[in-house]
Amino acid sequence: MSGQPGSARNRRRRLPGGKFELYSWLFMRVSGVVLLGIAVFHLFWMHMVIGVENIDFSVVAGRWENPLWRLYDLLLLAFALTHGMSGLRLAIDDYVHRPGWRVAAKSVAFLAYVLFLGMGAYIIVAFQTPPDLASLP
Amino acid sequence: MTELRTVYRRGRPVLEGLRYRGREGFYTWILHRATGLGVLFFLLLHIFDIFLIGFGAETFNSLLVIYTAPWARIMEVFLLFGLLFHALNGLRIIVQDFVPGLWRYERQLIWVEVVVLLPILAWGTYVFLSPLFS
Repeated sequence: MSGQPGSARNRRRRLPGGKFELYSWLFMRVSGVVLLGIAVFHLFWMHMVIGVENIDFSVVAGRWENPLWRLYDLLLLAFALTHGMSGLRLAIDDYVHRPGWRVAAKSVAFLAYVLFLGMGAYIIVAFQTPPDLASLP
Repeated sequence: MTELRTVYRRGRPVLEGLRYRGREGFYTWILHRATGLGVLFFLLLHIFDIFLIGFGAETFNSLLVIYTAPWARIMEVFLLFGLLFHALNGLRIIVQDFVPGLWRYERQLIWVEVVVLLPILAWGTYVFLSPLFS
């Protein structure tokens, strides 16, 4: 009788919050492993190898002359912001209990997600290397 | 949910949280959330400052003092700690999720995190703060 509504098999499969929470849980783990590589390497490279005191316009512009760095930064942006905002959603669920405030908080978080993803993706893709890059201060 | 709300209304969540008997597992839970939200806040700031590169070299370079100032270098140490702790602790959670038998060794695994974290943090702190003394 498996597959019938109310059978043991179906009861086990009915998940709280539907499939979304399962996929969200899985995404946090997959993106976590990805970020363990690309976010930690980004911090190691920019802060430990290059050094924040040496970073300026020409360093970033020079980096983005290579389209592979743009792709790297785009992936880092998408994974890190989605992972972080997904974590913020879980924190809102934990601390904001009134339904109205919860909807408001999640709406603000979602708008911020779209806005910052758009800003970041726009500048990574659309930034044009100035022709006088070598002579810049 | 009603019970949860009562706890939050009556108590001071942070102080109550620190008294909770969970020890290592609970302290890492608090730290995981705090470092996660902290790194997210920095990420939003970082997206904004990189967005400003579109306004040209002079504008962008003049804004970089927010990262090279002494207090910013100290915040950089916190960023390194936050990202590293969140990464290592997250990896431990993932490993424990997929190899459930390891939950019995949670405390030992947390101490492995500390042993991996501390030397990298010490090295980073030296790299970030030494320009301030040269």
